[in-house]
Amino acid sequence: MKFAVIVFPGSNCDRDLLWAVKEISKQDAEYVRHDATSLAGYDGVLLPGGFSYGDYLRCGAIARFSAIMPEVIRFAAEGKPVFGTCNGFQILTEAGLLPGVLKKNESLKFVCKTVKLKVTNAATNFTSQYKQGEEIFLPIAHGEGNYYCDAATLAKLKKNNQIVFTYEDENPNGSLENIAGIINERGNVLGMMPHPERAVEELLGSASGIKFFQSMVENYRKVTSNG
Amino acid sequence: MIEIQKEPTPMAVKESKLYQKWGLTDAEYAMIAEKILGRMPNYTETGLFSVMWSEHCSYKNSKPVLRKFPTAGPRVLQGPGEGAGIVDIGDDLAVVFKAESHNHPSAVEPYEGAATGVGGIIRDIFSMGARPIALLDSLRFGELDNERTKYLLEEIVAGISGYGNCIGIPTVGGEVGFDPCYEGNPLVNAMCVGVIAHKDIQKGQAKGVGNTIMYVGAKTGRDGIHGATFASEEFDDGQEQQRSAVQVGDPFMEKLLLEACLELIQEHQDILVGIQDMGAAGLVSSSAEMASKAGSGLILNLDDVPQRESAMTPYELMLSESQERMLVCVKKGSEKEVQDLFARYSLEAVSIGEVTDDGLYRLYHKGQEVCNVPVDALAEDAPIYYKEYQVPERLATFAKLAPFEPQISDMKATFLALLQQPTIASKRAIYETYDSQVQTNTVVVPGSDAAVVRVRGTKKALAMTTDCNARYLYLNPETGGALAVAEAARNIVASGGQPLAITDCLNFGSPDKPEVFWELWTAADGIARACEVLETPVISGNVSLYNETNGKAIYPTPMIGMVGLIEDVKDITTQEFKQAGDLIYLIGETRADFNGSEVQKMLLGRIEGALDAFDLATEKANQAVVLQAIQAGVIQSAHDLSEGGLATALAEAAFPNEVGVAVEVAIPSSWLFSETPSRFVVSVAPKNQTTFEKIAGKSAVCLGKVTNSGEIVIKTQAETIELETETCKNLWEDAITCLMK
Repeated sequence: MKFAVIVFPGSNCDRDLLWAVKEISKQDAEYVRHDATSLAGYDGVLLPGGFSYGDYLRCGAIARFSAIMPEVIRFAAEGKPVFGTCNGFQILTEAGLLPGVLKKNESLKFVCKTVKLKVTNAATNFTSQYKQGEEIFLPIAHGEGNYYCDAATLAKLKKNNQIVFTYEDENPNGSLENIAGIINERGNVLGMMPHPERAVEELLGSASGIKFFQSMVENYRKVTSNG
Repeated sequence: MIEIQKEPTPMAVKESKLYQKWGLTDAEYAMIAEKILGRMPNYTETGLFSVMWSEHCSYKNSKPVLRKFPTAGPRVLQGPGEGAGIVDIGDDLAVVFKAESHNHPSAVEPYEGAATGVGGIIRDIFSMGARPIALLDSLRFGELDNERTKYLLEEIVAGISGYGNCIGIPTVGGEVGFDPCYEGNPLVNAMCVGVIAHKDIQKGQAKGVGNTIMYVGAKTGRDGIHGATFASEEFDDGQEQQRSAVQVGDPFMEKLLLEACLELIQEHQDILVGIQDMGAAGLVSSSAEMASKAGSGLILNLDDVPQRESAMTPYELMLSESQERMLVCVKKGSEKEVQDLFARYSLEAVSIGEVTDDGLYRLYHKGQEVCNVPVDALAEDAPIYYKEYQVPERLATFAKLAPFEPQISDMKATFLALLQQPTIASKRAIYETYDSQVQTNTVVVPGSDAAVVRVRGTKKALAMTTDCNARYLYLNPETGGALAVAEAARNIVASGGQPLAITDCLNFGSPDKPEVFWELWTAADGIARACEVLETPVISGNVSLYNETNGKAIYPTPMIGMVGLIEDVKDITTQEFKQAGDLIYLIGETRADFNGSEVQKMLLGRIEGALDAFDLATEKANQAVVLQAIQAGVIQSAHDLSEGGLATALAEAAFPNEVGVAVEVAIPSSWLFSETPSRFVVSVAPKNQTTFEKIAGKSAVCLGKVTNSGEIVIKTQAETIELETETCKNLWEDAITCLMK
């Protein structure tokens, strides 16, 4: 599987994502700059964490106007997998690929720590290697991760099983219903505040994130072998 | 042009003694006019000299002090003098690090002061060609009993977090201390660590006649003018209008600059001659130093300097400390290549001058020559002062005092109170606002003795820490200076690292006061001696003097930043007890050392007395035992003893896994809080007992065991103290948050 790691000015987890998919998960991966206009040849798109465009104006608000974004939207429309973590999640909501918004943390402060999550939907192309309800530990590091959406959207998210990860024990940012990660209705665009790419080596404290990338790769294999 | 015409003439500068306002003395002015130039310097030239000859840029007061430090060693590739020092770590890799103070700006404008402190030290690291991999911050505040101090803490931490998180360099460690002497003059010392391939090591030099000087990064504004001079003055009430001297940071801009500069360094070495960041004293300092180091001259055309304000004068352009700017020297003819590279990062790269061979520093503005002085006169020829020194009066008083022995009727209550002293209490509320894991290399996150960051592509890791117990220096600067280095080394060793080298920020009061200068002078002796014994040369650092408010100096606070090498990640060790049944050992002897201790401060409300002699040989031997045992694989956890003594160290080791502790120590109860140096608490699995005891010999005593009772039980000569681990932990963890309310 060949991944594109999109690099916006100010992205700072791009190298971490590339490391996780290339060196740990042993897949092909390349950086694709914000000013590129084609994703031809890639099988999955990863939007990294960081502070694209300095998070000026509003997190992700400027990045969504990057030259590459129409191509990311087209890629998603083809049903191919798109994943955004942290700032990547914020960009996906700004671009309208995922519903809702990410507000400032309730504490009004940046928070970095490892949190307990529950995999509330293990039937997605990003989580199929996890067990339903499995508790995993992933690092978070954000100032604006407080997920919010209106009641109708929330009802829809619940009805369609679009809430994929929730915070367990402690809600670190005030997110509605402890939401940590959601998927689109079609099941090919996932955004989450926690960083699975920071949890791919026991040496660094947790390897809970490996199954995330493995899920993407496994499901890609299934699709291509069937297709 | 109108502004320029308003500038005072050289004669007016002389007669009005304008130079005094900028920090030059009459003698210095006379030296410039009579010996160096043979004429009166004009307004611009006077400004350049005043800032280049400030203590901050020239070290004119501290140079004789700095000469005491050992700066060489078998692994040292670059000692003091460049942007940062460099130490070999094998595999054709090296570690680059430096610390810098940003005390004065942070006192006036805490968010931006701290943020730009971080930004500045990062530029020092990547200007050497290294990718920054970690940040640490050493902070000092007054007591958290007033709104001003709470505001300073809140904003300084927010500034560090705002800058470091955005640029994507993990803030992995540091320290925070509280004492009343810092109330008007908090300390913000930022340290950055980078990793570099030997072949990429750069110098800040401008050489090769005709080569081009290019300006890259943010545009120049009027911010931070005379920041370096500002940093060389004391604070007075009613003088808080220095706000204009504080710069504003843009971490997004610096992130772009970092990536662009690293690409230039790593992929365009054929055209790059030298690179240096524009830090204190901005364009004048970077350009003059680059030329002086190479023995060259320089011509700069100031009209070409990118400007974001109109009608800026040469004086303003040269002295501005606008952030996120770098100066590069490239081979003539390669300007387009550099411009194209920077354009890909949406950054400007502009040719502003060229290298000459006449040793002159010449500036042109609107068709006129506005400066023509020897480049070395600016960068090298500042006078060096051998200040008077005198033993502080307080020390004679301290020497007469009987050693402090705390009278404690309720050990339990005293211990719980001690755990809530902000200097001892958990700093979680602070470090959780820092991204400590970006770049995915952080093995040991904040909260342990030293942070540990692995080096990708190798089995190695780097341990790093910042330390200084200034109370000890207040009682005895020389011993305290040695103790600061020793504590840093102890933290590195407890993490499994071999100490490599140090950087420092020498934070002191005014050197014009003989008592303060004596503190600086003798603290340096102590630091130098410890560095020699522990084989950790000083490879970089800075000096921050004039840390005074209303005539009262801070405690002498030479912050030591140390980096150690862990050859194999399997040796990485943390401070927390791991498993019930593991044996707990104390390494090192415990005496009644309460002068300068946390318990003295808590019970007396002040620090006083004399310090016991400190034996560096014992320190080194105890460190060797711990490192050897770690490398032999027989240590489960290791923790150095510092503020709050043995009781605190045991509790801190018990907290993370909320285990119990059952130990017996043959000492008087109060000695549990003694701060005798050179001690560690380690835990050892029972199966490794024999091997460990063989390595440790007489230096270690078995105190007891880790238990799963959830209780800390300490039996002394007189009594048994029992406390619930969870209760202690909650108080310790919430103390700072409570004080901040």
